Amino acid sequence: MDEHFVIDRIRCDGHGLCAELLPERISLDDWGYPIIKAGAVSPQLLENARRAVDACPVLALKLAPGLER
Amino acid sequence: MARLLGGPPPAAGAESFGAHQDRLGALPTALAERLIPQLEALNLLGRGGAGFPVGRKWRAVAARANGKGVVLANGAEGEPLSMKDRTLMAARPHLVIDGALLAAHAVGADDIIFYVGIEHRAAESAMRRALAERSAELRGRARLVQAPRGYVAGEESAAVHFIDAGDPRPTTTPPRPFERGVGGRPTLVQNVESLAAAALIARGDDASTGLVTLSGAVRRAGVQEIALDAPLAGVAAAAGGPTRAAQAVLLGGYFGAFAHIDDVWALPLQPRSLRARGLPFGCGVIHFLAEDACGVDATGRIMSYLASRSARQCGPCLFGLEAIASATRRLAATSPQPGDLDRLMRWSGQIAGRGACKHPDGAAGLLRSALTVFADDFAAHARRHCVRASAPAALALAVA
Repeated sequence: MDEHFVIDRIRCDGHGLCAELLPERISLDDWGYPIIKAGAVSPQLLENARRAVDACPVLALKLAPGLER
Repeated sequence: MARLLGGPPPAAGAESFGAHQDRLGALPTALAERLIPQLEALNLLGRGGAGFPVGRKWRAVAARANGKGVVLANGAEGEPLSMKDRTLMAARPHLVIDGALLAAHAVGADDIIFYVGIEHRAAESAMRRALAERSAELRGRARLVQAPRGYVAGEESAAVHFIDAGDPRPTTTPPRPFERGVGGRPTLVQNVESLAAAALIARGDDASTGLVTLSGAVRRAGVQEIALDAPLAGVAAAAGGPTRAAQAVLLGGYFGAFAHIDDVWALPLQPRSLRARGLPFGCGVIHFLAEDACGVDATGRIMSYLASRSARQCGPCLFGLEAIASATRRLAATSPQPGDLDRLMRWSGQIAGRGACKHPDGAAGLLRSALTVFADDFAAHARRHCVRASAPAALALAVA
């Protein structure tokens, strides 16, 4: 099934590692918080997406199958 | 036909249980199971602000509650320009209680919480007295909880969080309250007017009226019950007409949207037809902005208020709203920094959907509407001048 990013906005502290590791899908706003492109993560990007998830120091970023939310 | 504020004028105070029953008859609780399809057939939309379909919400809780659900009647009413929930609770507490009882029957809940804004004194005492008039059986499973001050305390996950842990800040969803709410139980969080409407529907009403709060350049500001198919012009006329020519209307409150007066003057206020035009009915706030008032100034005040009411948990809301408020205030004062207007336009499209709750979404929606409706004013302010006669004090703000 398609994988989507799910982000816990309360946990996220704007460390920004995710945007560094996956600039194709994640950019940062003017205050350093991630803006995630809508839609499923393409298979070619999955490995880097998992790396971005693992790199989040506060465990705010996850990949989840199914519908975006 | 029965009405939300039918009977004696609201200023006469709370209707007693006896008078309420004489006027409307006993509550047909036996019909509660049939109420969900009725709510769906009438397509009743919630009156708390988000406009979520009431029947669908009840069904979602009913599918999970198994008799152990919770009904949270939401009367926090933190919106500064809205007074209709406190007015309803103060004048017709038994109608709200009826609605909560029906909801409890229909979704399978054994616990009812009336969540009433701590500053709404008359509403709270009316609700307490009304509960005391009800049966011991009802009193045994109902309680009143004072909602703390603050714009987001009425947000549904914040209400659940406060009742469970004393912390009135929104929580990360999912799970949403209908899945896991008060005490971990499926919880129906429903605005008090929506519950009152359900209590009328159970008695054969068609929910064709709604409560609105009028303010700004209109002769008789305050709460009115309107036929939802009435055009704005008719609603304004019923309130004594405008005091001065109006240029715009703020619909739905601080989470709502500005609209040009000409675009909405003849428009019915029916939530569904407003929505079809991208306009919110929201919690029924209708604020008339006078022709000589400055829309940039009004927007700056609203943005400052919303920024100050952030729960300060999510970065895009905490920092984004503060930055938006500062830039709007600089523009309002005709002393912008270079690029302020361009940044506002960009930010207005960047913060929605990026908080645990919808606080940033509401603020961004209001800002986007203002940038469109007051486009000429914003452009003039970016060039450091204001074209309106009386810039300040367009909106009397309750910054408590």
